[in-house]
Amino acid sequence: MAKKNVVIIGNGMVGHKFCEKLIAKTDEYQLVVFGEEPRIAYDRVHLSSYFDGKTIEDLSLSTIGWYQENNIQLHLGDAVTEINRTDKIVHTHSGKTQSYDYLILATGSAPFVPNIPGVEKDGVFVYRTIEDLDKMKAHASKCKTGAVLGGGLLGLEAGKALLDLGMQETHIVEFASRLMPRQIDDAGSKLLQGKLAQLNLQVHLNKNTSSIMGENEITGLAFADGSVLELDMLVISAGIRPRDEIAKLCGLEVSSRGGIMVNEFMQTSDESILAIGECALFKSMIYGLVAPGYEMADVAASLLCNIDKQFKGFDMSTKLKLIGVDVASFGDAFISEPDCTSIIFEDTHKGIYKRINISNDGKQLLGGILIGDADAYNMLLQTVNNKIILPPNPEDLILGSRGGAAAEGAGVMSLPDDALICSCEAVTKGAICGAVIEQDITTVDGMKKCTKAGTGCGGCVPMVKDLINGTLAENGKYIKNVLCEHFDYSRQELLDLIKMNKIKNYDQVLDTFGKGDGCETCKPAVASILAGLWNDLILKQDTIQDSNDRFLANIQKGGTYSVVPRIPGGEITPDKLIVIGQVAKEYNLYTKITGGQRIDLFGAHLSDLPIIWSKLIDAGFESGHAYGKSLRTVKSCVGSTWCRFGLHDSVSFAIEVEDRYKGLRSPHKLKGGVSGCIRECAEAQSKDFGIIATEKGWNLFVCGNGGSKPQHAQLIATDIDNATCIKYLDRFLMFYVRTADPLTRTATWLNKMDGGIAYLKNVIVNDSLGIAADLEEEMAFFVNTYTCEWKAAIENPEMRKRFNHFVNAPEEKDPTVKFEEMRTQIKAEAW
Amino acid sequence: MSEIIDLKQEIQKSTLSANLFFACYTDDVPQNGGACVKYKDDQIAIFNFTRRGEWFATQNLCPHKQQMALSRGMIGSSGDDCEPKVACPFHKKTFSLKTGECLSGDDYQLKTYLVVINDGKVFIKID
Ligand code: SRM
Ligand SMILES: Cc1cc2nc3c(=O)[nH]c(=O)nc-3n(C[C@H](O)[C@H](O)[C@H](O)COP(=O)(O)OP(=O)(O)OC[C@H]3O[C@@H](n4cnc5c(N)ncnc54)[C@H](O)[C@@H]3O)c2cc1C
Ligand code: SF4
Ligand code: FES
Repeated sequence: MAKKNVVIIGNGMVGHKFCEKLIAKTDEYQLVVFGEEPRIAYDRVHLSSYFDGKTIEDLSLSTIGWYQENNIQLHLGDAVTEINRTDKIVHTHSGKTQSYDYLILATGSAPFVPNIPGVEKDGVFVYRTIEDLDKMKAHASKCKTGAVLGGGLLGLEAGKALLDLGMQETHIVEFASRLMPRQIDDAGSKLLQGKLAQLNLQVHLNKNTSSIMGENEITGLAFADGSVLELDMLVISAGIRPRDEIAKLCGLEVSSRGGIMVNEFMQTSDESILAIGECALFKSMIYGLVAPGYEMADVAASLLCNIDKQFKGFDMSTKLKLIGVDVASFGDAFISEPDCTSIIFEDTHKGIYKRINISNDGKQLLGGILIGDADAYNMLLQTVNNKIILPPNPEDLILGSRGGAAAEGAGVMSLPDDALICSCEAVTKGAICGAVIEQDITTVDGMKKCTKAGTGCGGCVPMVKDLINGTLAENGKYIKNVLCEHFDYSRQELLDLIKMNKIKNYDQVLDTFGKGDGCETCKPAVASILAGLWNDLILKQDTIQDSNDRFLANIQKGGTYSVVPRIPGGEITPDKLIVIGQVAKEYNLYTKITGGQRIDLFGAHLSDLPIIWSKLIDAGFESGHAYGKSLRTVKSCVGSTWCRFGLHDSVSFAIEVEDRYKGLRSPHKLKGGVSGCIRECAEAQSKDFGIIATEKGWNLFVCGNGGSKPQHAQLIATDIDNATCIKYLDRFLMFYVRTADPLTRTATWLNKMDGGIAYLKNVIVNDSLGIAADLEEEMAFFVNTYTCEWKAAIENPEMRKRFNHFVNAPEEKDPTVKFEEMRTQIKAEAW
Repeated sequence: MSEIIDLKQEIQKSTLSANLFFACYTDDVPQNGGACVKYKDDQIAIFNFTRRGEWFATQNLCPHKQQMALSRGMIGSSGDDCEPKVACPFHKKTFSLKTGECLSGDDYQLKTYLVVINDGKVFIKID
């Protein structure tokens, strides 16, 4: 018998999820999908990341191959224009017809564009599809000022996108008296506004836009209060409109305010037609979030398989993804006294606002708002959803326990088994803990594969991790961060084993302590351990080094490499500058001053690296280890030799420190800074170690970080002299090299350390573990055995040979390498 | 492996040699690592998996961002049955050296080649 046809209209997030859910449950049906967009379903939730580097491919939820493998007919770029309910046939724009037994409407929604005169002008955009983003991108290059109409969740997201597009000025215009009017209160909005101003997003509230100015192209907005805002582009984000047009056309019941009416089984007024996602209206409500849409997809798929499942409404709690500001609201965020008791915590200095609404009997959490710090979001949401009885001091929920340190993640284990942890994929606590116990899943990655938890918006990942660790601990399993599938040891354990057994090469380590043939995770980790312990030339075991270490340079777009000679403390002579210029010219390299006070030369062919380096080395340069997990730069300010405020010679000290630790292999890269006075021009407090001059000596700070999660370094010693400073640094760096997990910067290492900075300070300054002498000795060994690895490489013909692109045509360069011209220099071809 | 050994015997009979391309010498390819050879207008990555005593060859082009880089990747194994693999140096997507299948969950497929070692020389079977 021929299979029954299920036709799905819309290949968006929910339509795709429906296909996944249905084929997982049955193979009884033939699925046919029509999508209006030219590409396969993609992650709309992370659409904005298209502007900061994600590609269409990264955002795709699936592949054409997946549809083929599962025998689903997929018609992209073809909208359904008519539904003939009598004959059960749909007609498409391109003239196709298709009969159905069941029809699934997953048509999503379209941005709502208010009827303001001038909305049709060039430079006015909406924000929903990849095409919208491409159009914005094309237009943005000639724009300086941009604005978003609408200060809701999506509006703020669009504002961030304008920033990413390089606007010099970005405005958010909101009709209501506060931002995110549906999620947060006035006080929260005020705080958020301040935070956004720091991100360079200017907010205008209570603004009623009367017209969009400009001839053909937008030049500004005119408001009802007579004021005007000049701008070059506008993104409208004033809400969504469910796409119910084809449903309406064929006579299905739709609401006058938009939305296809459905019951708890997602059926429309015609039993064989179901609607799911943002086009569906359930109990007068459109659910404009992905998690409820996925739940609807599951309900609809269940119905087709005769599984009894109902849609019961859905929690609309949200956490905004805006980088730089945490904003979350959960449960009943707006309920207020006398219907509840609200506890509000506000720190305007740090930009934190937290509000929790508690039932009058003090037993239950009803909802709340978090701005500036939303770490507690997952746990609070669970507390609301699972009606967990509150502790006697509920303020601890937002202030953290101020007594003895509470065990991390202890709260998670107290959740009931049916607590929904991942709402995108509907995974419960029971399922996660079960996978740990029954299937031995011990990592987040493993959990993603096994249960799909954490694969949607990713918001639950920290909680998933806590649950895995919590379950392991409850079952008496020792939790450790094992290196990878080939080693059942943490980096620190393996380091101790290698050291005690005096093992010097990777294969022996693998034979003695591991299994299998190794991989790209354990090889570089072991390489780093071996280098840290024995300080042998890393090229002797080149194939266990990360590609960058193997070729002593960073691989970049197109397969060329960058060359970064060391310029200690950022000080360089005119003669050396000339050599860099000459070499760059001779080998056609792009040159740039880096953020680390030195010069990077990009675009070198693999086979040119040895000759480039031999010229640089002849002129007195050494490797800058820009490719290694090792010391990068020690940034300096000009200090007392020139600066009228300088207390000591910060340049000399920076050079001394950089020369001392250059080449030191560590779990992650290391950076330092030395400032000549408290004005801190070397930004030493954002480095792994920072040294700042005082009237009496130096202050030493450790464990700072720039990068994606900036963190200030913390003070461990004051007014010390040069020798003491070096002594503490020796101890600090060696202790880090010995004990940190792979790819953990000093800041993260400290954050995970029991006892925190007080403990670290005690180990380094007061020698509380009695290991200071060992650490200093190990560092001395390292300093005394340093050699420039590039020098060693160019002097050894065998090693030099490794830098040819073709082994069978050593004189030929990779013919696929192509450059374009930019500002009279070269640039890598885009990929 | 057995296929390789059979081939070895055949090559000595030099019946197959028309299809075999002399790529390089065994010591041109680093132990437990890869090297790239030029074949007409193509680039082929050869891997000397010393630890397993096996040789593999794949296309040099990483299908992820079209980078000529796989020969510079790190090799290793994955899973209980020790599937030999290579990780692209750019974004660490991994591929089976046996089948060319992408092991990181993407839909990529590498072309793989049979390698024949004879008398210190590395040959690649081109079909
Ligand atoms: C060239 C440079 C940008 C520039 O044009 O100025 C740069 C370029 C790269 N950075 Fe950086 N970073 C550069 C300064 C910085 C700084 C500023 C600084 O050092 O004062 C930071 C923030 C400070 C910090 O590290 O705490 C910085 C934070 C990062 C991070 C994030 C680290 C973190 O802890 O979050 C990465 C990613 C990583 O290391 O995993 C990164 C990674 C990279 C890589 C290695 C990415 C890659 O694999 O291709 C880039 C290599 C370029 C190359 O081929 O040489 N780069 N990078 C700067 C080189 C400095 C130097 O002379 O060595
Ligand atoms: C910038 C942005 C950020 C967001 N952030 C979040 C977030 O942080 N958290 C969250 O939960 N949600 C977020 N959302 C909302 C989330 O993306 C939606 O809830 C989700 O995409 C809804 O899925 P859907 O399948 O119902 O609709 P869509 O993903 O819009 O899919 C509908 C598809 O149907 C197609 N279609 C319509 N009519 C037809 C027709 N007649 N024939 C054929 N095809 C048709 C459309 O072209 C579209 O491709 C965000 C949305 C945007 C735009
Ligand atoms: S140089 Fe640093 S910040 Fe810039 S793109 Fe590369 S990694 Fe990112
Ligand atoms: S180019 Fe190979 S993994 Fe991205």
